[in-house]
Parts: sequence; structure tokens; C-alpha cells
Amino acid sequence: MKQEINPGSPSCLNLEIQAITYAGSRDFVHIYLDPPRWEYMAGQFVMIRPDGWVNDPIWPRPFSICEKTDDSLRLFVQVVGRGTSLISQLQPGNSIDLWGPLGNGFVFDPQDRLLILAGGMGIAPFVGLCKKHPHPEQISFLFGHRMDIESYPLAEFPPEIDSEHLKQETTADIQGFQGVLKTRIQNFSGRGMILACGPTPFLKVVQQYSLEFEANTLISLENKMACGVGACLGCVAQTTSGDYVQTCTRGPVFRADEVVLDEQLLNQKAYRK
Amino acid sequence: MDLSVNLGALKLKNPIMTASGTFGYGLEFTPYGRLEDLGAIVVKGLSLKPRRGNPMPRIAETPCGMLNAIGLQNIGVEKFLREKLPLLPWKQTPIVVNLYAQSAQEFADLAEALNSETGVGALEVNISCPNVRQGGLQFGQDPDAAARVVEMVKKNAAQKPVIVKLSPNVADIKVIAKAVESAGADIISLINTLGGMAVDIQTRKPCLANVFGGLSGPAIKPVALKMVYEACRTVNIPVIGLGGITRAQDILEFILVGARAVQVGTANFIRPDKVFSLVEELKEKVREMDIDSWDEFRGSIIA
Repeated sequence: MKQEINPGSPSCLNLEIQAITYAGSRDFVHIYLDPPRWEYMAGQFVMIRPDGWVNDPIWPRPFSICEKTDDSLRLFVQVVGRGTSLISQLQPGNSIDLWGPLGNGFVFDPQDRLLILAGGMGIAPFVGLCKKHPHPEQISFLFGHRMDIESYPLAEFPPEIDSEHLKQETTADIQGFQGVLKTRIQNFSGRGMILACGPTPFLKVVQQYSLEFEANTLISLENKMACGVGACLGCVAQTTSGDYVQTCTRGPVFRADEVVLDEQLLNQKAYRK
Repeated sequence: MDLSVNLGALKLKNPIMTASGTFGYGLEFTPYGRLEDLGAIVVKGLSLKPRRGNPMPRIAETPCGMLNAIGLQNIGVEKFLREKLPLLPWKQTPIVVNLYAQSAQEFADLAEALNSETGVGALEVNISCPNVRQGGLQFGQDPDAAARVVEMVKKNAAQKPVIVKLSPNVADIKVIAKAVESAGADIISLINTLGGMAVDIQTRKPCLANVFGGLSGPAIKPVALKMVYEACRTVNIPVIGLGGITRAQDILEFILVGARAVQVGTANFIRPDKVFSLVEELKEKVREMDIDSWDEFRGSIIA
């Protein structure tokens, strides 16, 4: 039995910020908004644009849906540029335009074993997923991060989850993490589903080993987006058949053998199938 | 007041159209508003054969605007007619097909393919895309080449109003406007994007894989207003104004300098229901300003 939540049609709303909390430093922000009525699938995202922006910045910003409860919709934001910096300075009571839920989420069978691989902010969609999962003991979670672990909401994950986190400060750390990823993917292949989200260099490694060991892996891509609804064609990913497809509407979750993150992998056996 | 406008044979229930390339094939926006409430829908530029488009990155944010170099990625005219057009509300609202081709002959072939399609309300000939090597600006910057394209399209699409979309990347917009009018264009629309560039001093690379892109958004509105003003004083055919419209006030500014209708582009990215709410905002603004008729207000700038 596949669990497929039908998230329904997206809508565009103006929502009030209930609370903003900071984790570790002012660079990691949790935004709590009045909850929209829709349901979502983990891996789906929303576009947000604060009311005060008027014409500048012109674009909204895409964020994974971190968690939704009866009381609030929560987004997890790291300050990486001007837009996220402005978002981090919002106050409770400020309003934002928000449209979603957008894109395709992680489709998996809740009876299956899951290996979840997250890098940095890639943890965001897995917060709600892990907290709501009916069988958390079926989940293994591997988390690579560069900032202090207190910056990330790892402590919220259910204790039944087999969880490991590795901090990467040096080149040696990164190489070590890549080695762990390889071992984990190799050992897990054929035993369940792998879900991954994180920066593109991290996803390239996940994809490489998933193809090498023929693992059943879904990866969630990140790209700059102007519209989030499939219209601007600014966020495209390249498929193995050579087409460009919108990350926003055809993704952001893709099968690992569906998109080309690294041209050098095109000769991999698993791609050619 | 009745907001409807006539652009020759092309009749709109209000002057608000979508701008090509910012509204997909229209269907992407059905969750956010009623397509049939719009004056017209201009779909993404179509070519005879599907086009893959440019490599990434394709877009960059700039102050009050953005650059794009999508490279006219599209599904091709055949697939559009088969899979998209039947789902669009073409009986209630004109669907305008924006055309892109690399040669005058290809433009003519496209026009022929669309001439007998009942669901197509008008053609918009794109002689102004700055992001493709061939066929965009090479027509848009040369009055003779532009006129030749228009003549061939008109010959093959006798049943359809033909809009010609002009580029601002020219020395004198009046020359090219006059040329396409003389060649038989029914309507002109302007402006397409302005050529631009953004660079990253950390990586020392351009922000777009194509190096150059087209600038759009509120940043270009003053340039657009000037060119629309000039074009309206040069030609006798209807003019569609576009460039940086985000508010009802912007729409009235374009109509004040002489435009008969407008297109909303980059604002569709600000909020996906923006163009739908602009219809309501415009009604309100017209009432608030006591405008009685478009004929009275249009081109009434005191200058």
C-alpha cells in the first residue's frame, strides 16, 4: 500500500507571522505562520514574499515546508543572502504572501524502511516527516552539517529514530562524511527507500553512490526560482534524456536516476537503464 | 465604466493581458484565478519544433527587476495546439500565440500552422528576444528585416490579427514601429526586455550562463513609458504597452501616454494571482479617478 497524501490544489494566501525564533545564532530562523487549510507531503515547498518588499527584492523565496500542525505552519530558514536576511528580520504580526503547497513531495510506503540523508538546511522537510511517521523505528537518519548542531532542529526528532550526525569543518571531515555516505548507501541498497535533501555537492555524492549501488533513492533539488509555479522556466534541471524540466513543478523531488547533477555520471550503468 | 477595449479585430473585455514568457501556457495559473477574467492570455513563445532552451543559470535578480536568458524553451506549436489550447478558455478570452522563428520563412510556416486554429485569437510576432543567437533581435533591430517578417506572417495568417512585439534595444523605436506598421502589422506591443548583464565578483563569472540577458520588472518602466509614448505618436495602429507594470496606476500611466491595452509580465512572479487582482484594482482605480471612457483618457497626456 503506497501512502499518497493528496495535497490538493495550491492557493495563494496572505498570512500573519505568529512567532519567530532563532536557533544557535541569528542566522537560523524558525518562522511560525497562521496555518493554511491545505495538507501537504513532506518535500513540497511554498513560495513566500513579505508584504514590505513592494518591488524589491522582486522575487519571492522558496522554502521547504518544515512542519505543519493544527496551530501553525513552520519554515526553517538560514540567512544566506539579502532575501533571507530580510526574512530573518521580520517580526510577529508582519504579514507575508505565501503560495503552496508546491511541487512533488517524497512518495514512500510507511511500512518500508527509510534511510534519510540530509545536509545542512536539507534537514527542513524531514522534521515534519519524521515527527508524523507512524513507524519511526523504521527510519535511519544521517545528518551532515557545518554549523553547530544546536543550529538545527535535530533534537526534535523522535527518539526511536536511529540518528547520527557528523560535523564538517575541514576537508578531511567532508571526505570522511562522503565515506560514511558511501557505506550507508551500499549497506542499505535493496532494503528500503533512501530520501535525500541538501546542497547540490552533497546530492551529487548521494546520487553517485545511489547509482553505483542501484539504491532506490529520491533526491530533493534546490534551485533559484522566480515563480514556483512552472511558468518562468528559470529553475530547470536536466533529465537523463537531455530535456530541461522545471524543478518547481516536476520536482523538487526526483528519482536519483532521473536528473543529471554531474555530467560525468551519465555513463553510469544505472542511468543507462 | 465598461473596461473593454478593441484592438482592431481583437476585442478584449479589459485592457489587461499577460506578457509572453511570464505566464507559461496559462494553465499553470488556474489555481490562482479565473483565466477567463483576463483581457487576453499571451502564451510562452512557440517555435515550429520544440526548443530545449539555454543552460542554467537562466535568471538573476536585480534591483526592482530581474534578468532572464531562458532561450525560448518551449514544447513546439504542434504539442501546444494538441495538449494546451483545448484546455484554455479560448471562447471566453482571446489566446494570443507568441511566435518565435529563426528565419522569415519559418515565421511564415508558423503563421500558416496557426491561421486556421479557431482557438487562437491573435498572433504576436517576437522579433525582439535578446537571448537567442538567431532570429530574435536580428529582425527587431533592422527595419527592412522586420518588415519582411511581418509581410510573410500577414500573408499566411490572413484570418488573425497580427501583433508585432518590438525591442527597446534599438537606436530609434519610431523607425522600427513605422516599418512594421507599413508592412501590415495590425497592432504593436512594446517593450520586450532590455539587454543587460549581472556578474559575481566572488566567482568572477556572469550570473547567467548566456552571459547577457533581458532586464524586466519595475526597473524598466520609465524606459517603457518613453518608448510607448513615442510609438503612439508615430503609428496609427493600436499599441499595447508593457514593461514593469505591477499596479493599476502603472496601467493607467501606459494608457495615458497612448496605449490601448497593456501586458503584465514580471509581476506574475511577485504573486501568482497578481494579474487577476489587477483587473479588480483597475476597476476600482478607474472609478476613484472618475474616468468615464477609455477614449477620453487614452493619450490625454498634457505634454
